[in-house]
This record gives sequence, C-alpha cells and structure tokens, in this order.
Amino acid sequence: MSDHLDRREFVKIVTAALGTIMGAIVGLPAIGYLISPALRVQKNEDWISVGPLEKYPVGKPTLFSFTRSKVNGWEKTVNSYGVYVVRTSETEYTIFSNMCTHLSCRVNWKDEAQEYICPCHDGHFGQDGSVTAGPPPKPLIRYEETKIEDGNLMFFFKES
Amino acid sequence: MAERVFTWLDERLGLTAIYNTVLDRKVPKVNWWYTLGSASLFLFVIQAVTGMFLTVYYVPSPDHAYDSVQYIMNGVAFGWLIRGIHHWGASLMVLFVFIHMLRTFFFGAYKYPREVTWLTGVFLLLTTLGMGFTGYLLPWNQRAYWATTVGTEIPGTAPFIGSFIERILRGGTDLSAVTLARFFAVHIWFLPAIILLLIAVHMYLVIRLGISNIPKEGE
Repeated sequence: MSDHLDRREFVKIVTAALGTIMGAIVGLPAIGYLISPALRVQKNEDWISVGPLEKYPVGKPTLFSFTRSKVNGWEKTVNSYGVYVVRTSETEYTIFSNMCTHLSCRVNWKDEAQEYICPCHDGHFGQDGSVTAGPPPKPLIRYEETKIEDGNLMFFFKES
Repeated sequence: MAERVFTWLDERLGLTAIYNTVLDRKVPKVNWWYTLGSASLFLFVIQAVTGMFLTVYYVPSPDHAYDSVQYIMNGVAFGWLIRGIHHWGASLMVLFVFIHMLRTFFFGAYKYPREVTWLTGVFLLLTTLGMGFTGYLLPWNQRAYWATTVGTEIPGTAPFIGSFIERILRGGTDLSAVTLARFFAVHIWFLPAIILLLIAVHMYLVIRLGISNIPKEGE
C-alpha cells in the first residue's frame, strides 16, 4: 500500500471530518439546551432583616411578615412567610416561625391567653415556643442564627 | 472485530443490499437542480429534530405559550439557536419544496411512469404549507394571532360551507385556547405523520423508478 491518498479515501476523510464538526456544532448546544435549567440552583436560605429592634415591644411577641419569590422557567411563585419576634429583655430576643409544627397552619399570638394558638386544630404554644396543648408534635421552629447589622435585626432564614 | 460484527449483521439484515439499492443506484448525468429533493428531506429532518427540542419547553396554552417561547429565547442555553433553526428552516423548507416542484414540472419529470411520485409530491407540498400555517400560530404573539385570524377567515368566505370550515379550523366561533391546542396537535402529530408516510412512498418510487434525464432539445 502506497502513502498516496486516492480520491475515494480523501472524500471519506473529509466527509467524516465535516460530519463530526457539524455534529458537534449542533449536538453540544442541544445538550446545553436540555440541561441548562438544571444548572440553575436557587437559594432557599438567606439573611432576612426584620428592621430595628426598637420596633418590637419588650415581652410581647410581634409578627413580622415577608415574601420570597421563586422563578422556575416562565413561572414566578411568591410565598409569604411570618415570624414572631419576641424581646425577652432590652437586649435579648428570639425569633420563631409562625408555622404550626402540626400541619403548617399559621399560629397567632393571643395576649389574653399569653399563648400562640393555631386556628386549625387548636394547638397551643407557650411564649418560649414549647407545646402546651393540642396535637403539635414539636415546639415552634426557632431561628438560632441572628445578628444586628446597621441597627437592623436579622435572622438566617431556611425554607423547610 | 468490527468487520466480523458487520458481516454477522449484514448476513441477517441485508445491509449491503439496502446500501446498493438506495445509495449505489444508477443515476443519469444531472445538475444541481436535482439536489432539491435531498435538500427538502434534510430540512424535514432538521425541522423534526429542532421541533422535538422545542416541545421540551413550549406549552400550547394561551396562559403560557408566549412566556414559554420567551423563556426558550432568553432563559434556556442555546434556545435562540434551536428556535432560530426551526424558524428559518421552516421558510427554507417551503422554498426548497416549491422549487423542487418547479424543477420536476419544467423538466417534465412528472410524466409516465412517475405520475404517482408527482401526486405524492403535490400532497407533500400542501402538507408542508400546512405545517407553516399551523406553526405560525404557536408563538401566540400579536402577529401569530392576527395572521391566523385572517388565515381562518379566508376559507370562511366560501359559499354555504365556509363558516362551518372556519369553525372547524378554530374549534369554535372565536380564535381561542381550543384553536391553539388543535393547531399544536396538527403541527406536531397529524401533519408530521402524514408527511412521513408520503415521504416513504415518494422515496420508494424514486428508488424503484430511478430519476429522469434532463430533457434534450426537441423532446
């Protein structure tokens, strides 16, 4: 066999090379097209500011509501959340989620009972978040990570 | 090893026979006008593949159609490329199929024994136009909406049965969610199925009968 490249051989090689290049130009973007939504990871935790500490009276749990939005493709979902900010003294405070640990209804602070009461199945929680009556299996979720930045109270929120 | 695998398969599937019949068949000395059929077929394959990719994100509902197309264009990697190819390929396919028809007509290639090839070709041209008509509504923008409003009004002007045809096309009196859904169904299922069937017959006949010569002067 000589090292002379005949016409048929040449056409074969050129066809294969061009085919590979064309396949790659079309194929690689196609793969990117299919997997690109999977490469976008949405943050489901963030620092949330509830405003200056002075806004909240000492000894009385006060509700702070906020919303977070998620974008999936062409669909935007806005979820509302609520937390109770409790100042136990001038400098100490705790932040509870207002979500009942039973079936995720929203609890309300009742001054006359000095308890959080869930309207769905009458779950009761004390001011420290502990279950005092009803079906809830666990105390209210407490946000442990908090800080004060530029005079604003902030907590680290994680979506459950 | 590869050769042994091929021989084993060839013996059972007759691959060489298929290759010889389909690709190594005798053809007369022809010119570039004779490539339009292959070009049309290639464009059909391109349209089918890019169309399949578009359905990954497209939603045929008035609530989401426009937004899902915007998402394909701006949100998905290379979505603009896939939709761009589908968009331009559509126009090009109509053009190529049409010029292919002109070539067949002017070269007299529709004559005996190729009448059935010509007939299937006529329906292939019509179904290609049908693909263009149904696909045009799917982006659900102003142009799509009003083009289809006008496009469905035209058969509506036919005497006696016109308004009935218009209502069949629209799936009701007005252009609505029903219109979008049925145009989508026709665009991705009904017409492609018909086109595939017609292409199969068309190509079987091209292979069976061979292609015609360029007519000589006085023929």
